[in-house]
This record gives sequence, structure tokens and C-alpha cells, in this order.
Amino acid sequence: MNLNTDKNKMKNISIFTARMTEEKKEMVTGYLYISPFFILFTIFGLFPILFSFYLGFQKWNGLTEMEFVGWANFRFVLEDPLFWKSLYNTFIMGLLGTFPQLVVAIVLAFALNSALIKFRNFYRVSYFMPYVTSTVAVAVVFGVIFSEQESGLINVILSWFHLDPVNWTTSEWGVKFAIAAMVFWRWVGYNTIIYLAGLQSIPKELYEAAKIDGATLFQQLRYITVPMLRPFIIFTVFLSTIGAFQLFTEPLIFLGRSYREEGITVVLYLWREAFVNLSFGPASATAILLFFIIIIFSSVNVFLANRIGR
Amino acid sequence: MYRMKKRISTGFVHVLLLSGALLSLFPFYWMFVMATNHNSAINQVPPAFLPGNQTVENFKKVLSNVDFFGSMWNSFVVSTLTTLGVLFLCSLAGFAFAKYKFPGKNILFLFILLTMMVPPQLGLIPQYYIITKLDWLNDLKAVIVPGLIDAFGIFWMRQYISSAIPDELMDAAKIDGCSNFRIYWNIAVPMILPAFSTLAIIKFMYMWNDFLWPLVVLREESVYTIQIAIRSLMDNYVRDYGMILSGTFWATLPLVFIFLFFNKLFIDSLTQGALKS
Repeated sequence: MNLNTDKNKMKNISIFTARMTEEKKEMVTGYLYISPFFILFTIFGLFPILFSFYLGFQKWNGLTEMEFVGWANFRFVLEDPLFWKSLYNTFIMGLLGTFPQLVVAIVLAFALNSALIKFRNFYRVSYFMPYVTSTVAVAVVFGVIFSEQESGLINVILSWFHLDPVNWTTSEWGVKFAIAAMVFWRWVGYNTIIYLAGLQSIPKELYEAAKIDGATLFQQLRYITVPMLRPFIIFTVFLSTIGAFQLFTEPLIFLGRSYREEGITVVLYLWREAFVNLSFGPASATAILLFFIIIIFSSVNVFLANRIGR
Repeated sequence: MYRMKKRISTGFVHVLLLSGALLSLFPFYWMFVMATNHNSAINQVPPAFLPGNQTVENFKKVLSNVDFFGSMWNSFVVSTLTTLGVLFLCSLAGFAFAKYKFPGKNILFLFILLTMMVPPQLGLIPQYYIITKLDWLNDLKAVIVPGLIDAFGIFWMRQYISSAIPDELMDAAKIDGCSNFRIYWNIAVPMILPAFSTLAIIKFMYMWNDFLWPLVVLREESVYTIQIAIRSLMDNYVRDYGMILSGTFWATLPLVFIFLFFNKLFIDSLTQGALKS
């Protein structure tokens, strides 16, 4: 009897240790499988982010010794009219490029979702094609379409209506409009497809009930579609806001090496400080400011989008 | 009366959709028109509106300005290797987060989600510094290795694996004495192929079109990706638009063709992938 319980105890212990090792093995495997991300992220993500905050307070050109300068970099950036200009430009181009785009995308998605449409896939594919094109290619093509020559396509079209050609690459609003057009063109179809997916998730009965109640097309749009689309709108607004503040490729290609102040954006300003002027301190200070600006603006915009149609 | 109204509104919807499609497709046509015309035809008033006969000449000029095929190859190598690496690493990590228990799992996963919120420009300068210290400047590694960090990929894989692979299957495999890696490789991987294709399309397109980071670390012509090469076509003093647009057109064509062939897969991957997060 006594012997038997001992045996039982032994058995229990060995099951226990087996389970322990099994759990331990699972634990080790788990850590092992996720470790590549954390190792790579520490080297190429976390360390650079923390180091940016450090660099924001240093004077450094990448070659000589660093020198602690306190808030001087931030003061330099915040007192530089070009920084404010770049922030203003980013803001205006972001607004011009995204707000009309989201409105047009909703209208197109609504049209595309009406049951009568044949060739729906043709439209889906055409609308989506710009998104597959690289930003560089978009900027090059639109750079020619918005050429300031009289032979530039938009200027030719303007001349049909007896309007004067516009200096698209050198005038304050010309540059902004041209760059906003690039953003608009590349993203409007993508957002249309997102909204289309949203529209297709709305039950048809809602519209039928509204039609019976005599709601107009606009009322249907206002009281059914927009509220039901809200999560999709929030998603696109969030994505567009972040994208707008990272605008870089389009102005760099469109303006060439002149970095004209009509079109300089915050990221272009950062890039120029760092890799043209080799002022890593002010560039890091700009990166930090940009980080906080993006956080503030994306929260505000998501908050506003949350109230759409309420 | 009602029918009349309906016909008008249907007509309006069609006109709207068609003009949207024309505006979306027109720049591709315009790209082709310019890629096939001589620069003088592009710069005259009014410019050429129809495709010309300078297709070959323009492309020859591209070849004399940049290493077009070399850059396409570099883009292909960078995008392919990064995509394969991301598929492997993200599915491993996603698998661990979905199916294993280990202390700190939730916090670590939350941390990964938070990293997605940080704009990539924040660490740009120190990243560049690290690349120079590693002596990876002008080496494709400089784009490939940091490209392997993909928080969205891990998130995506975890969500998919959680719902696609039942725990019972894991237990059965364990009882049969499968090692942990074999469970991943022989059981999990074949079951999550759709998640792979979605992530592969998103990642490949992102890497193919990426511009800022390659611009910072790839500065010699021999390592240019195609995006950097196109940009360098703009650098000449006299801009030959026929030549520039020829390079742009032929660089854009492959991805557009692949997209047209697999359009449903592409559209679903690039939108649903984003929507599910």
C-alpha cells in the first residue's frame, strides 16, 4: 500500500516535470520565433528613434564630435521661416489632396454600388490602377502634364478656354495644386474601393425601407450611407492624414533640386537639412516635431471623422 | 415620369463612372504618348496627342543615361528577398503569438502594434548612421535587412493563424511527436497560403515603390533601384521628356501587367489587408 502511493507520487511528479518541460519548450520556441523582429527592430527601429531624441539636442554633421547644444536646434527650426512655410505647405497640400479626394471617392463608390452597373470590374480595375503606379512615376507624369510651358497639357486645355497659362512649378498655388492633383489621382481609386467594400456591407433592406418612406437619393446618402460608412471613413482619414504629413516624393521630383519654397514639405525640409546641409541636429529636431504634429493631427482628424453624420 | 427620372439618374451615374475611369486611365495613355514621341513633338504647341514612332529611339536614350535593366534587377532582388524574408519571419512570429503561451506575450504584441504608429522619418538619421557604421552604404542589404521589420505582417499573420488553425490540430500533432518547427512548417504553412499571398502583394508593392529610404542609402548607379534611376533621369540640364517618360513607362509596365492579370487578388489584398486591421 505504502509502496503503491509512493509509486503514484513518482508518476505524478514525472507527469508534472514532463508538462513543465513541454511548457518550457513552448515558451522557448515562442520567444525564439518572435526574436527576429525584436532584434531587428532594436537595431534599425528602436535605437534610431531614441537616438533621434538624443540627436535633437546635439550639434553634429556626422563626421566631427557631437556637441550638446540644449534646445538650440529646436529654436533654430522654430525660428526658421522655411520650416513654418513647409508646415503650411504640407497642411495646404494635405487638405487639397485628401479632402476632395475622400468626398469624390464616396460619390464614386456610391455610383459603383448602384445595382444597375455593368462592367463593375472594369471600373474597379481602372480606378485601382493609379495605386499600383509608383509615386515617382506619378510625379514624373504629372510633372509633364503640369509643365509650365505652353505645351504642357493643362496649359493647353486652359488655352482652349482662353485662359492664360499657369506657372505650375513656380507659383504659390500652382505648385500646391499640381502636387495635390498627384496625391488625388493616386489615392482616389484606392479609397473608392475601400468605401465600396463598406457600402457592400450595408444591408439592402435599409435602403428599401428608406425608399418606401420617400427618402431622396441625397437623404439616403446622408442618413444611411455616411453613418454606416463611418468606420471606413475613420480608417481612410487616419491613413490620409499620416500620408499627407509624410509628403516627400512628389515635391522632390516636381521641384527638382531647387526645393522651391512654394512646395517644400516638412519631410523634404528634414531631408534637406540632413542630407544636403548635413545639419543632423536641426534635422532630428524637425523629425521630433513632425512626430508630435502627426500624433496631434491624426487624433484631431479621427475625432472629427468620428462625428461625421452624427 | 418616374421611369424618365430613373433613366436620367442612371445616365448621370454612368457618365460619372466613365469620366472617373477616363481620368484614372488617361495618365497611362499620356505616358505612352510621350514615351513614343520625340521631345520636340512634346514641346510644340499643341503637343502630340497620339502615339508617335520614337519608341525605340527614346528607350535607347534611356539606356545610355541609366542602367535600366540593372536597376530593374536591383528592384526585383530587393523586393523579392524582403518579401520572402517577411513571409517567413512574420508567419513564425504570428504563429508564436497565436498558438504559444509565454510570459509577456500580450505586452510584446501590443508593443509591436504601437511601433506601427511611429512615422518612419523619426529614426531616419540614426538609421542612416547605423548603415554607414555597418559599411552597408551602397549595398542592397541596407534596404533589405531593415525591410524585414514588418509589424503589420506579424499582426496580419497572427489574426489569420488564430482563426485558420484549430488548437486541436496542434495538440494532435504534438501527441504524434511533431517538433515545434515541424508543426509550423508542415502543418501551419500549408494552411495559411492565402494570408501569404496577401502579405506578399502588400510587401512587394511597398518595396518596389519605396523611394525615400533607397534614396538615402543607395547612392551609386550600380545599386540604384528603378525608382531612384527614374528620378536620376530628371537630373539632366536639358530635360528630354520623351526619354524620361520612356523610362517611366517601361518601368511602370511590368507591375501594371501583373496587376491586370491578378486584379482581383491585388485589389482584395491591398484593401482587405488594410481593412481588417
